[in-house]
Amino acid sequence: MISFWRIVWLILRKDLAVELRTRELLYTTMFFALSCVLIFAVAFVREGKALTDAAAGILWIAIAFAGTLALGRSFERERYNDTLRALMLAPAVRPAIYVAKLAGILVLLAATELLTVPLVALLFSEPLFDRPLLLMALLLLGTVGFACVGTLFAAMLARARSRDVLLPLLLYPVTIPVMIAGVRGTSALLDAEPNIGMAQFWIVLLLFFDVVFITLSLWTFEPLMTE
Amino acid sequence: MRKLFLPIVVALMAIYPASLVLIARARYESTMGLVQKIFYFHMPPAMLMLWSAIFCGVVSGLFLIRKRLIWDHLAVAAAELTVLYGLIAMVTGPLWARKAWGVWWTWDPRLTMSLLMWMIFVSYLLLRKYGGPGSEKLAAGLAVFGMANAPFVYISVNVWRTMHPKTTVVPTLPVDFATALWVSFGGFLLLYIALLAARVRLEEQRAALDRLFMEIE
Amino acid sequence: MKPRRMLWWLLFMVGMAGMNALVLGQPGQGEFLPMSQVPASEQLPAARLLIAAYAFVWIAMLAYVLTIWQRLGKVEREIDELSSQLAKRQP
Repeated sequence: MISFWRIVWLILRKDLAVELRTRELLYTTMFFALSCVLIFAVAFVREGKALTDAAAGILWIAIAFAGTLALGRSFERERYNDTLRALMLAPAVRPAIYVAKLAGILVLLAATELLTVPLVALLFSEPLFDRPLLLMALLLLGTVGFACVGTLFAAMLARARSRDVLLPLLLYPVTIPVMIAGVRGTSALLDAEPNIGMAQFWIVLLLFFDVVFITLSLWTFEPLMTE
Repeated sequence: MRKLFLPIVVALMAIYPASLVLIARARYESTMGLVQKIFYFHMPPAMLMLWSAIFCGVVSGLFLIRKRLIWDHLAVAAAELTVLYGLIAMVTGPLWARKAWGVWWTWDPRLTMSLLMWMIFVSYLLLRKYGGPGSEKLAAGLAVFGMANAPFVYISVNVWRTMHPKTTVVPTLPVDFATALWVSFGGFLLLYIALLAARVRLEEQRAALDRLFMEIE
Repeated sequence: MKPRRMLWWLLFMVGMAGMNALVLGQPGQGEFLPMSQVPASEQLPAARLLIAAYAFVWIAMLAYVLTIWQRLGKVEREIDELSSQLAKRQP
């Protein structure tokens, strides 16, 4: 019997290989995040200067929107080629499939954030890199929280009707607490005197959310995906 | 369930005027005066929304595990009632807040989390309506997440400093406030049970209709 | 959209508009004045808010009961139709 993590690695490697051939998801997601940031930057600029506290919010909105798009596209690709059913039929433990899909999305979002974070820092002249470790903790935990629920919902909606509009409809209310924590933590770091205590509080809360969401997702993935 | 319906309606007809009398008799609250009386039909629906959300989540979990249709019927009924009671709480709340706090709405944790939970269950109903076949299971998965949200809503007032009154206020209410509140709560609870029974009956009839369609073909 | 449903929507919107008009039709005030000096027409009418809250609870409950009633009626009519069709088929 192949081990759990070997299965995860095999599926992840397959996804990455497919993606690297065309890089379609990568480029489109990154460019979409870029457009998001620009639209919001333009919307919140007054007399040539952006609103002071807008940066944290805009960063996380861009991550949420780009993430939703990537999730939808990623599972659309699976659905189109009917590979999801093949995966389900394979002798692979279901949670391993979920974890592999989650890892794929995380890789994609990490690449997107590598572009978006410096962009936001540049456009809004915010000292985002003063506390890189805390910022990375926030981004990591927040993205994991968003992506783990997103992967579950995108997988379960892959064969539903109206899936394009239902994914954001279902995903956002559940993940807004994660977004709130991310935004508040980031803006605590961006204050004139960075409020480390607050940032750490939000990081701990994000950790808590992540544990709850990942556990729930792992429990419900199997019953939801059986047909 | 059907046999309980009439007694529940009778009980409601007794509770309704009783609660009105008790609410009118309760003293005026010192700082807020008359508008505080909205409390008696703001707090019970709000608490029941939370319980309904948890109930929906539990029943959905049971549906995912056991796959018996009765759990699904209860889940969709509970979700609709969560949306209804949540709507009531979130309309009476701002009406009270307009006078008590001066604003219709603030983005403090209790209000924000309540709104989010309400939206989760609205999206549950949208998923069931527009998701096509198989959406019962998907919606059940969503409801489990909605249930996970509920404890956060409850403790949010105790953990964060917010404008919303804390949960510790309730045990310390004076007698006339408490009686009016709990009678009102009883009324809303009975109403909830009656509506749940009616809604489940609708679902059962729909399932019977589906079975008939199968037979005809 | 069926005329009956349109009527319900119309009623709902009129109700919302009325409620808004009642509560929002108060003119604002320019500078700070203690409550006792503000003319009675500009003080927030607590009674109206209370009545609006109460009325909303009533209307929401009734509307929901009504939707259940309507849907149940429709389903039961269809059941009757199908049952009679099924009965006709069996000789």
